Amino acid sequence: MLSRVANSLFWLGRYMERAENYARFIDVNLNLSIDLPPDLKEQWDPLISATGDRELFVELFGEDFNRENSIYFLAFDQRNQNALISTIQNARENARIVRENIPRETWEVLNELHFYVARQHKRGIWKKEDIGSCFKEIKNQLQLLNGISAGTIPRTQGWFFTKMGQFLERADKTSRILDVKYHFLLPSIEDVGSPLDFLHWTALLKSVSGFNAYRRMFGKIDPSRIVQYLVLNRFFPRSIFFCLLEAERCLHEISQEPLGYSNPAEKVIGNLRADLEYADVNDLFKFGLHEYLDQLQIRMNEISKAIDDQYFKIQPNFSTEFQQQT
Amino acid sequence: MLFDKYTCGEHFDEMFEASGNCRSTYHHFKSNLNKTSLKKLHQLQHSTYKAQMSMGMTFNVYHDNKGIEKILPLDLFPRIIDHKEWSYIEEGLKQRIQALNLFIDDLYHDQKILKDEVIPEHIITSSTGFLKKCRGVNPPKGVWCHITGSDIVRDQDGTFYVLEDNLRCPSGVSYLLENREIIKQAFPKLFTGLGVRPVSDYPGRLLNMLQSMSAKENPTVVLLTPGIYNSAYFEHSYLAQQMGVELVTGQDLLVKDKQVFMQSTQGLLPVDVIYRRIDDTFLDPVAFNPESMLGVPGIFEAYQSGNVAIANAPGTGVADDKAVYAYVPRIIEYYLGEKARIDNVPTYLCSEKDDLQYVLDNIAELVVKETNAAGGYGMLIGPKSSKAQHDKFRGLIKKNPRNYIAQPTLSLSTVPTLTDNGVAPRHVDLRPYILYGNNIEVLPGALTRVALVEGSLVVNSSQGGGSKDTWVLFE
Repeated sequence: MLSRVANSLFWLGRYMERAENYARFIDVNLNLSIDLPPDLKEQWDPLISATGDRELFVELFGEDFNRENSIYFLAFDQRNQNALISTIQNARENARIVRENIPRETWEVLNELHFYVARQHKRGIWKKEDIGSCFKEIKNQLQLLNGISAGTIPRTQGWFFTKMGQFLERADKTSRILDVKYHFLLPSIEDVGSPLDFLHWTALLKSVSGFNAYRRMFGKIDPSRIVQYLVLNRFFPRSIFFCLLEAERCLHEISQEPLGYSNPAEKVIGNLRADLEYADVNDLFKFGLHEYLDQLQIRMNEISKAIDDQYFKIQPNFSTEFQQQT
Repeated sequence: MLFDKYTCGEHFDEMFEASGNCRSTYHHFKSNLNKTSLKKLHQLQHSTYKAQMSMGMTFNVYHDNKGIEKILPLDLFPRIIDHKEWSYIEEGLKQRIQALNLFIDDLYHDQKILKDEVIPEHIITSSTGFLKKCRGVNPPKGVWCHITGSDIVRDQDGTFYVLEDNLRCPSGVSYLLENREIIKQAFPKLFTGLGVRPVSDYPGRLLNMLQSMSAKENPTVVLLTPGIYNSAYFEHSYLAQQMGVELVTGQDLLVKDKQVFMQSTQGLLPVDVIYRRIDDTFLDPVAFNPESMLGVPGIFEAYQSGNVAIANAPGTGVADDKAVYAYVPRIIEYYLGEKARIDNVPTYLCSEKDDLQYVLDNIAELVVKETNAAGGYGMLIGPKSSKAQHDKFRGLIKKNPRNYIAQPTLSLSTVPTLTDNGVAPRHVDLRPYILYGNNIEVLPGALTRVALVEGSLVVNSSQGGGSKDTWVLFE
């Protein structure tokens, strides 16, 4: 497989997953606001902080994290390269590059999704009441894409590059949504364990579609169990550990070396996966959850870089600069 | 009835005779469609548009994120060509391609045709398509023009003429193939009983032809594209996908020891045949245009050494020069000893003194074209232009006569076309596709381009043109 094509497939996977997660985050925050007691304002600042783009937001809108600004920024603002609209644009761009490598239906759904988002942008949907349905639709279309892909794409290199991108992105996003809780403000220290606190944790689980599954496994809402569930659980497909395990498997499918490591990318991902495999949720809290997640994100970026060096770097045949995606 | 109000005027209409009688080729089509309501047809037309959009059958692809993506609108009504007419076109094209190939080969070797003074030498030496570096090169099996898409038009009395030979990187075949799929969905019943020759095996034939260019048993073929910003990118990825070959850009390829490789996740893989969709001079910044960012340094040397085959062969463009075009009937006679089966449109070369004067005097009646332009750009349609435009072109021609030719304004034939106000005649041309591998094959179908604007004669996609499915019937 061409290195350039592999690179685009990897990023196609990443961008699709990123788009889905943004749609989830916004959707859940909208729902959360419905349940808030009347004297509390909805909070968008924590979500934007967790995406890592707070600085850009403040530059563009000042400190006014109201609903309209925030949704516009997270979903429709093309100045934000991580906004939904940019991400879907990027996914489509990558899909266009590798069109001959993906099923026709996948391309068509993605192409239509792009037009759908462009229409919502034109309508100025972020100013409207019925905004929620838009994010459900986007999420549905992205899940449809996942479904079509799973049912039609042969399990050869291309598939594993896309999946690897998807799982690494998901691991990153789960770590970030968990970090939102760190940023969420409770009115006072006594509110820890209060109904409001409970609402936050529930919203968090819902944003990764993990609420029901968590309840079946653990019953009551308990912060340390939720953290364990989202970081270390080996069965939940959006937990960080699960995602790393899958991404690592993809790497070994690509290299066809089942054990140990045969290249630096496999080494760094194997190291991180093993750290999580033998970690205990108390270790996380002892280290500080926010700090722990921060460090995870840094290590996952290193993995991404190692993959890039291993598979996507091409020798310039003359002075063209190869642009790296982020 | 759908066609009751249809009047075709003084032009040759593909469906109706001047008397108003339906031609026999269209009988079946007419009787099947006559009872369909306009409303239903407009609905079908809308689904056709939507299908094209979601497939991303776009051209003029955005130059930046905000650019417009346009489709080449597909009109529902097909153009139908019966077996007899098609055989005539097919034979005429085979003859033409065979002669043009011999001509190109001669130009890059002995230049007998110039020594015998059939064509003035200055026409060739001044052609930007003539590449000195290609002198003495022997492409595999002596074939230069592997893929051609000639433009054919029909005059008022129904005579066919070849208007252009597109020998460089003719595009549009993907539209032809996708148009057929879409029209099959729109009129599934029509196809049964009529006997329309299938076109879907084109990608397979193209691949066979490309593989035939290599001596290896299982050669690796790639399609070289300028990238996603090229207006024909849809076609490039479509053909690569249909043939099951890698779609590569210049940066994916690398030349080592005069051998071409692609950079893969498993390292360097050798490449044997390149179907390139970038122009000659952009192929190799070392051999040609040093500014080119699209090509691959050293690829021309690899080609010269016979280590990689390229379709179409570099240098082929010389036969695509509109001044050379004027000589094609003489080229056919010279190499094959036969008269051209399909005529040329009479052409005035502004580089010739007498012709130049004629063109300047009669510019209001003529179509003036740049010898090296395509896509309907750099062109003047005399009868449809203002005095000021005439004067502007007179100035341009005088400044650089070699750069211009002129032809009488042809009244292109018409085909019934769905418009907002019912069915109406619109002017069309015809672009068949010819493959030259072990032998010459003409795809039994064509891209019919249609000028959707009433009265317009310009069918180019960039200028308000659309397309039609073209049905070639079995005998």
